Amino acid sequence: MHTEGHAVCLPEDIDTDVVIAGRYLRTRDRSIWATHVFEDLDPGLAPRLKGAVIIAGKNFGCGSSREQAAIAIREAGVVAVIAPSFARIFFRNAINVGLPLIEADISCTDGSAIAFNLAQGWVDVAGKRHDVPTLSPRMQEILAAGGLVAFWRKHR
Amino acid sequence: MSTLSERILNAPAGEYVDRKVDRAYACDGTGLLALEAWKNMGASRLADATEFSIIFDHIAPANNTTTATLQHELREFAKSSFMNFSDIGCGICHQLMSEGVVLPGEIVIGADSHSVTLGAFGAFASGVGATDMAAIWLTGETWFRVPATIAVHLEGRFTGAAEAKDLALAYVGELGTDGATYQSLEFVGDGTKDLSIDERLVLSNLSVEAGAKAGLFYADDVTVRYLKERGHAVKPQVPETCTYLRDLEFDLSDIVPLIAVPHRVDTVKPVDELAGLPLDQVFVGTCTNGRYSDLARLARIIKGNKVAVRTIVVPASAAVLTQAIRTGVLADIVEAGCTIGTPGCGPCLGAHMGVLGEEEVCLSTANRNFKNRMGVGGEIYLSSVATAAASALEGEITVPEVA
Ligand code: SF4
Repeated sequence: MHTEGHAVCLPEDIDTDVVIAGRYLRTRDRSIWATHVFEDLDPGLAPRLKGAVIIAGKNFGCGSSREQAAIAIREAGVVAVIAPSFARIFFRNAINVGLPLIEADISCTDGSAIAFNLAQGWVDVAGKRHDVPTLSPRMQEILAAGGLVAFWRKHR
Repeated sequence: MSTLSERILNAPAGEYVDRKVDRAYACDGTGLLALEAWKNMGASRLADATEFSIIFDHIAPANNTTTATLQHELREFAKSSFMNFSDIGCGICHQLMSEGVVLPGEIVIGADSHSVTLGAFGAFASGVGATDMAAIWLTGETWFRVPATIAVHLEGRFTGAAEAKDLALAYVGELGTDGATYQSLEFVGDGTKDLSIDERLVLSNLSVEAGAKAGLFYADDVTVRYLKERGHAVKPQVPETCTYLRDLEFDLSDIVPLIAVPHRVDTVKPVDELAGLPLDQVFVGTCTNGRYSDLARLARIIKGNKVAVRTIVVPASAAVLTQAIRTGVLADIVEAGCTIGTPGCGPCLGAHMGVLGEEEVCLSTANRNFKNRMGVGGEIYLSSVATAAASALEGEITVPEVA
C-alpha cells in the first residue's frame, strides 16, 4: 500500500462537528457530506481535499461518534489523515469506512508532497523520511478492502 | 504482571487483537444504522457465540411518525432475529446491562459511548460505532488495541454532601477531555472498597468524558454480593502489581460538591462559586445518576417541600421505577412537585421530553454539557443528585447541605 498526496494542514482538537455539521447528517447522499466537509472551519477547504493528505494536531476526530465524519473526509478525496493522536471511536470508524490514519507528529507545510506506506510504516514529507507505527494486519486488510462492510461482503 | 484490561483482553498494552465479544448491545438510534450496514454486508444470520441485545431508550416513546416508523423496522428485526429486545419503557441500555447481566471478566461492546459504564463490574466494556456493531452481529468478534492504563488511586471516604459524581467530575477535570484517549482507567486502592455498585457505575460512566476506552473496577466482595442477589455466582478479581502509564490520587474526604459549567465536562468548579445562579430546569436521571439510590437521595432532600423550578425526574429503568413506587420514594418526589418521565434517556440528548428553550439554564445530573445538547441555545450545568435536589428547592444553584 504505497500512496501519495499533497499536504493540507489542520489544527488540533478537530471535532466531528467541525468535520461535518449536524445540519447535514439527515441524508443518505454521501456527496452532500463531501461537499460540506470542514465547512464551519474553512468553506474553501473541501475542493482542495481531492488527493490530499491531512496533517493535523492532536485529538483529531473528538466529540460525537458520528460515522459520517470519517465518511465525509474519505468521500472528499482525502487519501489519509496524519495526526499525533485520534479520538478512539473516530479511529475505528475511519478504518471501518476505508480511510487510512497514521499516528505521527509531523510538522506541516501546505502543499508539500507526501508519500506513505502503511504496511512498511513510513511517511515521506517533501523527500524526508519519518518512521511511523504500522497498522495491524487486520486493519490493513479492512483498508485494502475499502472498509468493513466491503471486507465482510468479501470474507463472509 | 498485567492490568485488568490486559488480563481480560489477554495481551499486553499496545498489541492489536481480535477477540470474541461476550455481549453486544445497541440502542434505537445506533441499532438502525447498524442494521443498514449489516444488510449491506449481505448478512442474514447472527453470530452464535455472542449474547445480543437491542434496547429502545434514546427516543422512547417515539417523538414523531418518522422515528416511530424507523423504530418499527428495528423492532421487527430484533424480534425476527431473536435478539434480546427491550422496548420503550424498559430503561437505558447501560442500566439494563448493569442489573445482573454483565459479569466480571467479560468483553462487552455497546454501540454507544457510555458503554464504559459496565466496567464497574470488572468487565472490559467499551463503545463502538454502528458499522463495528454490524460486524459483531455478523462474526461475534471485533478488533482491539489493548490499552495502556491510568490508575485512579482512591482512599478515604466521602464526607459532607460529596458523592461519587463529584469525584467523577474531579477526575475528568484533572485529566481533561482527551487525557485518557486510547487508554483505560483503573480505579484502585482502599477507597474503592466502600463504594457501592451504584457509585462505581457513576465513576466508570464518566471515564469516556476523559476520552478513555474503558473504566474498570476489580470485582470484589461488593460485586460478588450484588451479582449473587441477582442469581450469579462469580469470583473476585485480585489485582496484580503492574505498571501504570500514569497515576492519579484522590482522597475521597477531600472531595467537595462540584459542577461542570457549559460547554465542557472538564471545566469544573466548586458549587459554592456558582451559588445563586438562577435555573429554568433541573433534571435528575440518565445512565449517570438515574438509579434507585439517586431517586432515594433526591426524595430524602426534597420530601415535604416544594421544588421552586420545573424538575424532571427520569428513572433509569423500569426496575428503578418499580422500586421507587414500592418504597414510597416516587410519591415523595411527585408530592414535592417533580414531573416523572418514562424510564430511558429522557431529555439527556435533547431529542424529546424536556428540551430547553433558547437561553434557558438547566442543572442536570447527566454526563455531557455540550453546546446545544439539550436544545439549541440552552445551557447545561452538570452536578450530583444532592446539588440538583438542593438547587431544585431554591430555583438556583445551591450548595447541598451535609446529609
Ligand atoms: S442517558 Fe444520556 S448519556 Fe446515557 S445513554 Fe442515554 S443519551 Fe447517552
